[in-house]
Amino acid sequence: MNWLSQILSIAVFNLRSIPARLGAALSAVIGIAGVVAVLTGVLAIAAGFRKVMTVSGSEDTAIVLRAGSDNEMNSGLSREEARLIAEAPGVLRTAEGPAASSELFVIIDIPKRSTGTDANVPLRGVSSAAYNVRGNMEMVQGRRFEAGKNEVIVGVGAARAFRGLDAGSQLKIGPDTWTITGIFTSGGGIAESEIWTDAAVLQSAYKRPDGFQSVYVRLESEAAFTGFKDALTSNPQLQIKTTTLAEHYAEQSSGTSGFITGIGIFIAVLMAFGALFGALNTMYSAVSARTREIATLRAIGFGRGPVIVSVLVESLILALAGGVLGAGLAWLAFDGYQAATMNFQTFSQVTFAFAVTPALLFTAILTASVLGLVGGLFPAIRAARMPIASALREV
Amino acid sequence: MSTADSSLVRIRDVTKTFHRGSEDIHVLSSLDLTVAKGEFLALMGPSGSGKSTLLNLIGGLDRPTHGSVEIGGQRIDQLTERDLAAWRAEHVGFVFQFYNLMPVLTAERNVELPLLLTHLSKSQRRQHAGNALKAVGLSHRLKHYPRTLSGGEQQRVGIARAIVSDPTILLCDEPTGDLDRKSGDEILTLLQTLNQEQGKTIIMVTHDPHASIRASRTVHLDKGQLATTAPE
Ligand SMILES: Nc1ncnc2c1ncn2[C@@H]1O[C@H](COP(=O)(O)OP(=O)(O)O)[C@@H](O)[C@H]1O
Ligand SMILES: [Mg+2]
Repeated sequence: MNWLSQILSIAVFNLRSIPARLGAALSAVIGIAGVVAVLTGVLAIAAGFRKVMTVSGSEDTAIVLRAGSDNEMNSGLSREEARLIAEAPGVLRTAEGPAASSELFVIIDIPKRSTGTDANVPLRGVSSAAYNVRGNMEMVQGRRFEAGKNEVIVGVGAARAFRGLDAGSQLKIGPDTWTITGIFTSGGGIAESEIWTDAAVLQSAYKRPDGFQSVYVRLESEAAFTGFKDALTSNPQLQIKTTTLAEHYAEQSSGTSGFITGIGIFIAVLMAFGALFGALNTMYSAVSARTREIATLRAIGFGRGPVIVSVLVESLILALAGGVLGAGLAWLAFDGYQAATMNFQTFSQVTFAFAVTPALLFTAILTASVLGLVGGLFPAIRAARMPIASALREV
Repeated sequence: MSTADSSLVRIRDVTKTFHRGSEDIHVLSSLDLTVAKGEFLALMGPSGSGKSTLLNLIGGLDRPTHGSVEIGGQRIDQLTERDLAAWRAEHVGFVFQFYNLMPVLTAERNVELPLLLTHLSKSQRRQHAGNALKAVGLSHRLKHYPRTLSGGEQQRVGIARAIVSDPTILLCDEPTGDLDRKSGDEILTLLQTLNQEQGKTIIMVTHDPHASIRASRTVHLDKGQLATTAPE
């Protein structure tokens, strides 16, 4: 007995009879496409967010915060502490001095371009070493701000997401007016969601002449981090904690991306139940429409196995069609789509692009296949279990 | 293949009871039937008397509640489901009242179906299917789909499918039941020819006396048992 040719031939009838019940087949395909599109879309948000956070930090850069704080918002360092940190061993020395940027960080309200509602945008005061520490800063428009002046530069993400952040325009913050001198990129990293200015100017504007919140340093190498950390933590004058930026951003993003993924999976699971019932329904009606055909094949001598497998093959093919459709739609609609979300660690907005990665597409197609197999299994078993004699009586 | 005597079908003390809800439907009770090799048997009886049920037992589509069904010396009521399917593929050709052709397949492909269960190559299958369609006079309809054929032609395709694998026995359940008199007569002539010229053993269920006179023997099923002469 040629099992494979039995399966193939029955599967071929099944597939060729799809046009006769196009409506039901299409609704199953579309149901699965919907699930896959939503799942892919939401996971693309999480993937995009994670991507921003991971490109932001490398292993040879580090952030120093006050001991006990887990983000810049609740950290504070004095000028003296910042100086000791910059002089610590392991910090890269350049012609302009140590690659250490003492920074402070405030939140300002700017309306979103999309909705017009105010959102929190980080305004970061940096030292001149900041460009060196970040490493991948590039002006795409205009020029850098000048030290000592009320000038700012804006990350491309922030410029795109918020109103009035164009090069050359003025930004009013409280009583002061700031000039936007340029727009910058930072390799897709989180700095692109920020506005930067001279730390000293920001200190005086916010009446914090001596205060910083963090020190960002570039190390001589990845291996230099341990020595740097040990030197700082063993110094009795310092109450600080330090992590590499890679680790820092991974910590910062895990909550938010986990939250997005969680919501996404929750919605997708709800939808998946709907799609599953759609697929079940389609396959049950496909099987019952062919009760007599299946019974005839069984009478002729076709086995149960080929009947089961052929029903599964049909539902798998419908599901794969849905999966490809859904993943394709998600990719066309979402990949690269610009968005902004709250970073729950700092309560400020992070702008990022949805990332429909190959791994996500694979997950999507896999999900569709599982839905198809589960949706086809019970109808397939019913088809194979039908007593032939009574199935033949059905007209 | 055949037993010592010439009997092909031996049914002994067969009882078949269906259960519908709490109700028991006694369709066959202690029924005996022997069919010789090469016979063309007509099985008559009123509607609901159990003719199809009996035919299904002979064809291995169902199992008796009690008793034995022996075909060509083999107790088919004792076969596993899987072996029974293989047994049907090898030994039985079914002809149905409503033809039961696959609507998405051409006449040729419908006839080829049973051969998918054999080791024949594709070209051998096509050749056998062509021969079977020729035997039923449908060589000119190879590529036609069932819906484009008349009822009589569809039933000929059904018969071609039943004989293509050269089965031991042909089982026909009211093969002319859905046809007009003329097409029905042609089908009966075809069955008669298969019986007389190729020696096919045929059991045909019918409630049409006109059909039964073509058979070599007629038995009547009534109240779960067989009688050789028609009840008054
Ligand atoms: N699978 C089944 N389940 C329950 N009752 C059945 C089943 N098959 C047949 N019957 C009953 O058995 C009786 C005989 O049916 P059948 O063999 O089809 O009669 P016939 O072919 O002589 O018209 C009928 O009363 C029918 O309703
Ligand atoms: Mg009947």
